[in-house]
Amino acid sequence: MKIVLLLFQKELKLELRRRSVISGISLYVFSLVFICYITFSLRNNTISEATWSALFWLAILFSVINSVAKSFIGERKGLFIYYYSIASAQAIIFSKILYNTLLCFALSAVGYFLFSIFIDNPVQDQPLFWSILFLTSWGFSASLSLISGIAAKANNSNILMAVLSFPVLIALLLLAIKATKNVLDGLDRSTSTDELWNILAINCILTALAYLLFRYIWRS
Amino acid sequence: MKKWLKVAAVVILIFVHFGGLIFMVPRREIVNETIRAVYFHVPMWFGMVYLFSASVYYSIRYLKKPSPDLDRKSVEYANIGLMFGILGILTGMIWAYYAWGDFWHGDPKQNGAAITLLVYLAYFVLRGSVDNEEQRARLSAVYNIFAFAAMVPLIFIIPRITDSLHPGNGGNPGFNQYDLDNRMRPIFYLSNIGWILIGVWLVSLRLRLNVLTEKINEIEDEKN
Repeated sequence: MKIVLLLFQKELKLELRRRSVISGISLYVFSLVFICYITFSLRNNTISEATWSALFWLAILFSVINSVAKSFIGERKGLFIYYYSIASAQAIIFSKILYNTLLCFALSAVGYFLFSIFIDNPVQDQPLFWSILFLTSWGFSASLSLISGIAAKANNSNILMAVLSFPVLIALLLLAIKATKNVLDGLDRSTSTDELWNILAINCILTALAYLLFRYIWRS
Repeated sequence: MKKWLKVAAVVILIFVHFGGLIFMVPRREIVNETIRAVYFHVPMWFGMVYLFSASVYYSIRYLKKPSPDLDRKSVEYANIGLMFGILGILTGMIWAYYAWGDFWHGDPKQNGAAITLLVYLAYFVLRGSVDNEEQRARLSAVYNIFAFAAMVPLIFIIPRITDSLHPGNGGNPGFNQYDLDNRMRPIFYLSNIGWILIGVWLVSLRLRLNVLTEKINEIEDEKN
């Protein structure tokens, strides 16, 4: 557990030290939102709740895939060997999932902020919306951390990352879009609890599997 | 695979094709005679789920105790399962054309099926992009298990919580309750068994083919 926290702190410190990465990702999110804003010519038009939630989640999905992808892909070979000698595979994947959850959550928060400035803020039930954001960030990071580990070992890993992760993430994404739409429509909380429980269940399965499977890709 | 199983598969499927086209079926609104698709379309999905599960089973065994043999089995099961999935989508599209009026209706079940195929296509892309054989086997086994787990909610949960026109969802007549009456049941079950047997047979043929090709390659290498 201690090692997990140490690794987590290391990730965070490294990330904060490399300003260029953070600014790169935030610029990426900003451009995505801005493109949505321009292409839908939102100065004159408004978009429906369904479109808002689909657009929002697509923007989040793309930025999250791009930012989490580097969790294993960007790292050098020597670093892997060093990790291997100091920590167990379980500790590493846990720290990555933990860190990536934080990253995804921060990204969704930034995305939401930008969306509410440029496009619209139709969210009425804030606590529910934030819990959806948190649960999906967790699910995204659990699956993307493992897949980035897989993709890092293969050739042309950046393309592979997208190809491998889309089918895995789609179930989560659909549930999130549906729950978000319920929130935007101002429906009662009880209508979304089913989706939230489903997302939570999928998250638990994915995290457990990532935990179990990671040591096999780590060993090579 | 035992010889009598192969004979049984062929006999069963001949019977299913005749029986499925000739025997009486219950009259239902809208579906009418297209209910016979149950004999030909649904077994594709049963076969696919069976073959993919077998593929995952061999992947798990591979991770526990690596051997090229297990890896080969898991790939070939996925291969034939993918073929069943494509056939399932095609037969479903033909049925949808007559029952819903359109080949692609954008129904949650259709979308889920398409995504399932994407998962396995991605699996083969992954296999194609790793050079080291042992690493390829290990990575693809991990992805196979992970993607299968992520796919289960897609096929079994999401179509049930969203509205779907597919029989068996959202109050539409399904093949499991009153719809599949006693006249249809024997043929339907036989059809499933027959197609699964055919799938396993195909897998065993491809496995033998693989082993033989490898042997030929080895012999040619020795010659050179």
